[in-house]
Amino acid sequence: MLGSRMAIHTPFSFIDKFFNFDFILFFSVLTLGIISIFAQYSSSGGVFEFHAINHTIRFFIFFIFFIFISFINITFWNRYSLLIFILFTLLLIAVKFFGIQSQGSRRWLNLYVFALQPSELMKVGIILFLANYYHRISSGDVNGIKYLLFPIIAISVPFMLVVTQPDLGTAILILFSGIIVTWLAGVRWKIFAYLSLFFIILAPIGISFLKPYQKSRILSFLNPDLDPLGAGYQIIQSKIAIGSGGLFGKGFLNGSQAYLDFLPEKHTDFIFTLYAEEFGFFGSIFMVFLYFLITYRIVYIGNVTRSIFGKLYCYGFSTAFFIYVTVNMSMVLGLLPIVGSPLPILSYGGSSMLAIMLGLGIVMSCNVYKNN
Amino acid sequence: MLSFNSTNIASKTRTIGRRMFLVNCFKAVVLIGIVGRLTSLQITESRKYKSLADKNRFRETQIAPPRGIIQDFFGNEIASNQKIYQLHVVPENTPNIDKLFFRLKSLINLSDKKIFLLKKKIFKQKIWEATIISDNLTWSEFSRLNLFLHELQGAQPVVSVARFYQDNSSSHVIGYVSEVSAKDLKNKKYLSNLKIAGIAIGKTGLEASRDEEMLGTPGYLRYEVNAFGKRIKQVSTSEGLKGEAFRTTLDQSIQKVAAENLKNVSGAICVMDIYNGDIVSMVSSPNFNPNSFVHGVKEKEWKDLIENRDKPMLNKAISGLYPPGSTIKTLTALSALENDVVNPNLLIRCKGYIDFYGEKFHCWKKKGHGVLDMKGAIKRSCDIYFYEVARRLGVDRLAKTAKKFGLGQRVLPSFKEEKAGIVPDTKWKLNQIGKNWYLGETLHAGIGQGYFSSTPLQLCLMTAQLANGGFKLKPRILIDDNDQTNSLQKYLDFKKENPNDSRTVDQQVFNFNLEPLFRNQENINFVKEAMFAASNEPGGTSYASRHKNKKYMFAGKTGSSQIRKFTEEQRIAEVKQKDITYLERDHAWFVAFAPVKDPKYAISVLVEHGGTGSSAAAPIAKQVIKKVIERHETRSNHLYRLGENI
Repeated sequence: MLGSRMAIHTPFSFIDKFFNFDFILFFSVLTLGIISIFAQYSSSGGVFEFHAINHTIRFFIFFIFFIFISFINITFWNRYSLLIFILFTLLLIAVKFFGIQSQGSRRWLNLYVFALQPSELMKVGIILFLANYYHRISSGDVNGIKYLLFPIIAISVPFMLVVTQPDLGTAILILFSGIIVTWLAGVRWKIFAYLSLFFIILAPIGISFLKPYQKSRILSFLNPDLDPLGAGYQIIQSKIAIGSGGLFGKGFLNGSQAYLDFLPEKHTDFIFTLYAEEFGFFGSIFMVFLYFLITYRIVYIGNVTRSIFGKLYCYGFSTAFFIYVTVNMSMVLGLLPIVGSPLPILSYGGSSMLAIMLGLGIVMSCNVYKNN
Repeated sequence: MLSFNSTNIASKTRTIGRRMFLVNCFKAVVLIGIVGRLTSLQITESRKYKSLADKNRFRETQIAPPRGIIQDFFGNEIASNQKIYQLHVVPENTPNIDKLFFRLKSLINLSDKKIFLLKKKIFKQKIWEATIISDNLTWSEFSRLNLFLHELQGAQPVVSVARFYQDNSSSHVIGYVSEVSAKDLKNKKYLSNLKIAGIAIGKTGLEASRDEEMLGTPGYLRYEVNAFGKRIKQVSTSEGLKGEAFRTTLDQSIQKVAAENLKNVSGAICVMDIYNGDIVSMVSSPNFNPNSFVHGVKEKEWKDLIENRDKPMLNKAISGLYPPGSTIKTLTALSALENDVVNPNLLIRCKGYIDFYGEKFHCWKKKGHGVLDMKGAIKRSCDIYFYEVARRLGVDRLAKTAKKFGLGQRVLPSFKEEKAGIVPDTKWKLNQIGKNWYLGETLHAGIGQGYFSSTPLQLCLMTAQLANGGFKLKPRILIDDNDQTNSLQKYLDFKKENPNDSRTVDQQVFNFNLEPLFRNQENINFVKEAMFAASNEPGGTSYASRHKNKKYMFAGKTGSSQIRKFTEEQRIAEVKQKDITYLERDHAWFVAFAPVKDPKYAISVLVEHGGTGSSAAAPIAKQVIKKVIERHETRSNHLYRLGENI
């Protein structure tokens, strides 16, 4: 039914579609991508090797992927969102059985070309599914017990699957992404209050399932000086790196903290630290601005989109995107515990890049087909 | 399946829009938070984090600066530096530390026990910190190491400097240096920034009191290191500043003669310039070899030093406390004259003992001295005479005079180990012992026994202040370039040029910044004359040790301080000092000034358990005085050459 409508309502050519792009969003993402290549180049020690090459290749492949997704009619995503969600969930289950074990956790599926991390995809998948769900039900039913059951299951199943990998950071981001869409759809405050109360009561049981390293991360966030060479080390060294960058930074390839290996995970979770050390306050503010611009443009696209699915998706994704960025930045700035969440686009990591580009592509598709 | 109606969509859109507004507000707050945090880290606190980042990056190795040398008056080096050959090992540079030790064992003298201790030390240190394996290699060991250096990864032959002392005569004054101990680190603040493996610091004497200045500023090699401590590149180096050199007032050749004369006894000698308070010589016996401490003293040697009956580590000249004995009679007489208590012509009969307050007090001469005036009493050191003088004077007035002349207080600021001694008076006894003063104790104080205790330096100062005409001196041992004027000499020159100045001494010295210690200078002169008689007139206590040559002629006072009172039986049996146990024998004293005509130097000699001053101490003083006078011309010429205003 929708397929035939799509055929009727797509009279415009490839060029037309391209001119329907939101170019502010397009170029913001491209700029970030280029910055990310420089940052990865720096994190490789000033040589175009290792993850710098990988990252560059990935960025361009996924950027093309992003454009490709943009050209797919938004109704396609609305229609197949449940299917996509089920597919991602199946992938998460597959991780449980066939996943690659690394550093004590099982997060990746070996696809031979690259290792896929389905939990990253799920960050987008949950938004897609819930946007579609609330698109379908009537506004009166949103707060009905019966209609609440689906979202709770849809959020908690992937959450539990990811938490037990174990990957607390991603699991929490999935949880937040889900809650955001649910909340935007109009679920009452009271219901959130009851549910959070319920989970707070359950929390001590949950904590007993936390791995010792996760507990120590939370403790070390509360007082990083407690164990300056252990878990607190990352926070302290990250703050030193960012702070020592000063107003103008130490200059490209001159970050002493990163270069002399004081920074851990500098190409993944702490890539912003490396960037802030080398480019200083102005550089950091510019990056914060770019991320803000992207978030704002997504909201803008949500505003001009007519369908409830499009709005919910754009608002949800913009908020989720904002949370990914701020959680990562707060983490490296010492405002949040180290939970292990990458910085969108900038961090090294194929699955994260794939998920973000998929998410952005769908947003762009909303814009391209906004009159649909 | 789908319920699409326009009201539904409109109400949903409204709800979503309203809620999105709240979300946007939340985003704004978070954004402000992040920008604020960035501002605080990168702008407000940036300086702090920059220094923290540098602390991460840079690591320093300090280089020991050459220690400041100590010279005698003529510029001869008493404590100098010599080149030494060390072997350092930096653990991070060795692939296998056990193999390295095994190889080193075949090249240098290294015992298994030492290796065990070194490994323990290395284990405790950071892997980039150098450990000293040996700090006094012979040249042949050092060259062998250099030859095989290519197979000794991590080993580092280092040429460094270490303290060297020419001889042992000044070992107490100069002190010794040794490795920093944990206690030093706690007590001495200036050591807190010093991170040089194996650096030696001063432990006693001038080495300790001027340690901070003599240490100098350490040089450094600054490296950039990565997070694992591996050196990336050398950033900067500094040679450091060598420590401050000190010139002392000592004359090394007199030191040697003095030490030689004390070789067979336990005791001390002080020689002082009576016009400027310069300490020309200060030795204590037995002495020790300060070079033994530089690279760590051997256990046995240390044990021998500590357990020795004669306490070789003690600087007896300033830290040894002994009753001054009869040498104090000069002050007892002076005090009595100054206070108009007695007249020098007062005649007293000495019959060997006297009864006071139901107690029998003895003179050292059993048969008694017969009838004596004050000069005769000093000359022959009659106890009975001074019992009477002390009785009339009272202890408090005596104490006042004694304190004025420098007894009972530390007189030389250069030494931490100096002792103050005791000048007893009624108040002191009440405070310290909590009992009232007995009159009998006044009599003991009058002849320098009882609670009285003083150091050889104090008695030397006392004699010098009598010899110079009764003016206060500030003894010094370090020559401070800013303090070259000597007001006393200027005053004496003035007096020589204006012999007919009618003003009193008090008025005359007003312009010369002098502090007279007398009320009437005639009293000082009287005491000096009495001391002359004691040394140079027949019957004087040190007549046997006199110099006949006018050039060396001295005036002195003997003394012997009792360790234990003679029992009545011993007194009757006329037991001689040499017949009783060594440790119960009296300490022998002799104080003097020389030459008699135009005095220039004062001396004090103490011989522990030497018996009487005339037999044990005076002969030693005679030899030293000769040397001091012989050196006088050289010394004053040296002063003239340096253009010093003395």
